[in-house]
Amino acid sequence: MAVPSLQLKHIRKSFGPTEIIRDVNLSIEEGEFVVFVGPSGCGKSTLLRIIAGLEDASEGEIVISGQPVNDVAAADRGVAMVFQSYALYPHMTVRENLDFGLQNIRMPKAQIAQRVNEAARLLQITELLERRPKQLSGGQRQRVAIGRAITRDPKIFLFDEPLSNLDAELRVQMRVEITNLHERLGNTMIYVTHDQVEAMTMADKIVVLRKGQIEQVGSPLELYNAPVNRFVAGFIGSPRMNFVEGKAANVTSESFEFVAPQLPPLRLPARAAAIAEGATQTLGIRAEHISLGGPWTAEVEVAEHYGASSYLHCRLPDGTPFLVHEPGQSTARRGDKLAVDIPAAHCHLFGPDETALPERATGAAA
Amino acid sequence: MADALSMPQGNILTRRRGRTGWDWTDWVSYLYLLLGVVVMLGPVVWLAVSSFKSPGNLSEYPPTPLPYAYRSVVVEGYDKPLNLYEVTMEDGTVRQLAQVRRVGIQAQMVDPAEPDKLIPVSTREATPVRDLGINWSNYTDLFEPSRNVNIGRYAFNSVFITVVATAITLIINAMAAFALSKYRFRGRNAALVAILATLMVPATVLLVPVFITVAAMGLVNNLWGVILPTVATPTGVFLLRQYMLTIPDELIEAARMDHASEWRIFWRIILPLSTPALAVVAIFSIIWRWNDFLLPLVVLSREHVFTLQLALNSFKGENIIRYEYLLSMTVMTALPVILVFVFLQRFITSGIASTGIK
Repeated sequence: MAVPSLQLKHIRKSFGPTEIIRDVNLSIEEGEFVVFVGPSGCGKSTLLRIIAGLEDASEGEIVISGQPVNDVAAADRGVAMVFQSYALYPHMTVRENLDFGLQNIRMPKAQIAQRVNEAARLLQITELLERRPKQLSGGQRQRVAIGRAITRDPKIFLFDEPLSNLDAELRVQMRVEITNLHERLGNTMIYVTHDQVEAMTMADKIVVLRKGQIEQVGSPLELYNAPVNRFVAGFIGSPRMNFVEGKAANVTSESFEFVAPQLPPLRLPARAAAIAEGATQTLGIRAEHISLGGPWTAEVEVAEHYGASSYLHCRLPDGTPFLVHEPGQSTARRGDKLAVDIPAAHCHLFGPDETALPERATGAAA
Repeated sequence: MADALSMPQGNILTRRRGRTGWDWTDWVSYLYLLLGVVVMLGPVVWLAVSSFKSPGNLSEYPPTPLPYAYRSVVVEGYDKPLNLYEVTMEDGTVRQLAQVRRVGIQAQMVDPAEPDKLIPVSTREATPVRDLGINWSNYTDLFEPSRNVNIGRYAFNSVFITVVATAITLIINAMAAFALSKYRFRGRNAALVAILATLMVPATVLLVPVFITVAAMGLVNNLWGVILPTVATPTGVFLLRQYMLTIPDELIEAARMDHASEWRIFWRIILPLSTPALAVVAIFSIIWRWNDFLLPLVVLSREHVFTLQLALNSFKGENIIRYEYLLSMTVMTALPVILVFVFLQRFITSGIASTGIK
């Protein structure tokens, strides 16, 4: 692919003394569906607004389709935004909402009608065109908001937490619809959410942000399988990854032992970087990779039954919370002592600075 | 009681606390409310009723609650109709006589049946015969060309000032409010405080500087001399700003991304969404401009630029006050404002409620 759809070069943004965005560098290819994800306050919405041109970057360069757009007004950047609140004009009908932007650029009437009707057909809102936003349901408003973006025929679609106002069922439905829309339109889309499930299910590429910095960029499975640090590991994946504090012991060239308090040591393959004897480490293991019957013991506190599977909220002997996934319907009760197995292949290891310690390249794939 | 049958929202006048009877708090609240009604409505009712009284009826003491007109008869041999009196005669009988003339406490009367015979009567024995009668001439006289009361002209001046000043007020105040509520700029709060601070300066204090400015612009005896100084009202700016704060910024950002210029955002997004607040400001502005007296009094001194309020004032001559015309014209002057209020009242309450200020 020749020119990236969007490039962010050393973007910084501060409001007064508080830095919201710290040195963000990112390149997005044409037609990619990119999701910015992170906890609230991580700057993901600000970053989106900087791309949209609604905020100015304090430093850095924004390049859209090869053109620097720092000094280009929001309307002329060739981007369209779907706002969290939808931001439909309440006093206008759906049709007027859709064609307001086209009228402003003095597009011929026939062409406007054609574009509006096409967008309405695509989103199945044709019969709502003469209604006002107040008369629409949440999902319909959402469609209109997307339709307004579509009529503008942008190079890049920007979505700012568009599903956060919908109920859970509708959210799943709209998630699929937006993904389908991306398939059909093929435009670059940037989607901001704090919901990592949305990120995992929709994205071609996920950008994990924390405190205004990019923590990791990658495909959903890359992030799931090989998080670069403890934050990404904890943020991506549902339910959250288990973390167990411990120390390294009996380090050899091939392997070492991870020793957690009051638990039998766990032998793990050596990492890419050398491990010092006695170094503090955190072991990360996802609930779905734990199987029953093994060296560690955990006491069940709560058993959640989903029917097809069960989640057992346990505690390790030292009190660390520990979640275990059991396929099928569990018979475990509160107070039961479970024997659990920690498969070495699925263990993530994080150093004291929280960065991941990946296995040596020759080792089994994580 | 009847309120058991009436609609829930319709029984506000008969609502009470006691479930089965009248609680003492009901008595107190209703008496208090009644007092309020009398105090507030009393003068207005008196004005309206009195505007239909004849000059003689007006100057009577004790005043009559309703307008009365003398009953008069046409008596043969007299050009004008004569007023009828009920007279208690010396023999104790009561006769209806027409008064021809009166000198001091003595009056000469005539029996309409016997027009030739004058009867001397002490005024103490005579009480005028009067009927409830409406003196329309208080109103009709104002429109007679011979009276030299150019009421059409005054009404036009008042309407022109009210309409034009209100229109400009709405636009200017809305623009200021838009900037103060939706733009971030250095000194925004200082500007707002400065605008609000002018509320603390009484209009009377500003009268002289305003007049000097108006005079310097050559707008004395020009309707624009009354319009221009009044179009920027701090209350209006504040009211509109408070309302515009409730319009989400995302709407404006969406419009900006929709290629709308700031000017177009103002006209197509902000103004239509501010209608409740605009209605409130419009109502206030109409009432203020219509009732405005001090500034027009100073700026407009020629009769042809008089507003209705100034014309009212002109009925108060140096030596004589024509109360009957003063009252009738006061009623006519107050009427438009009352109508505006009656029809737009719901906007006032809803608009003020939505701006979150009292």
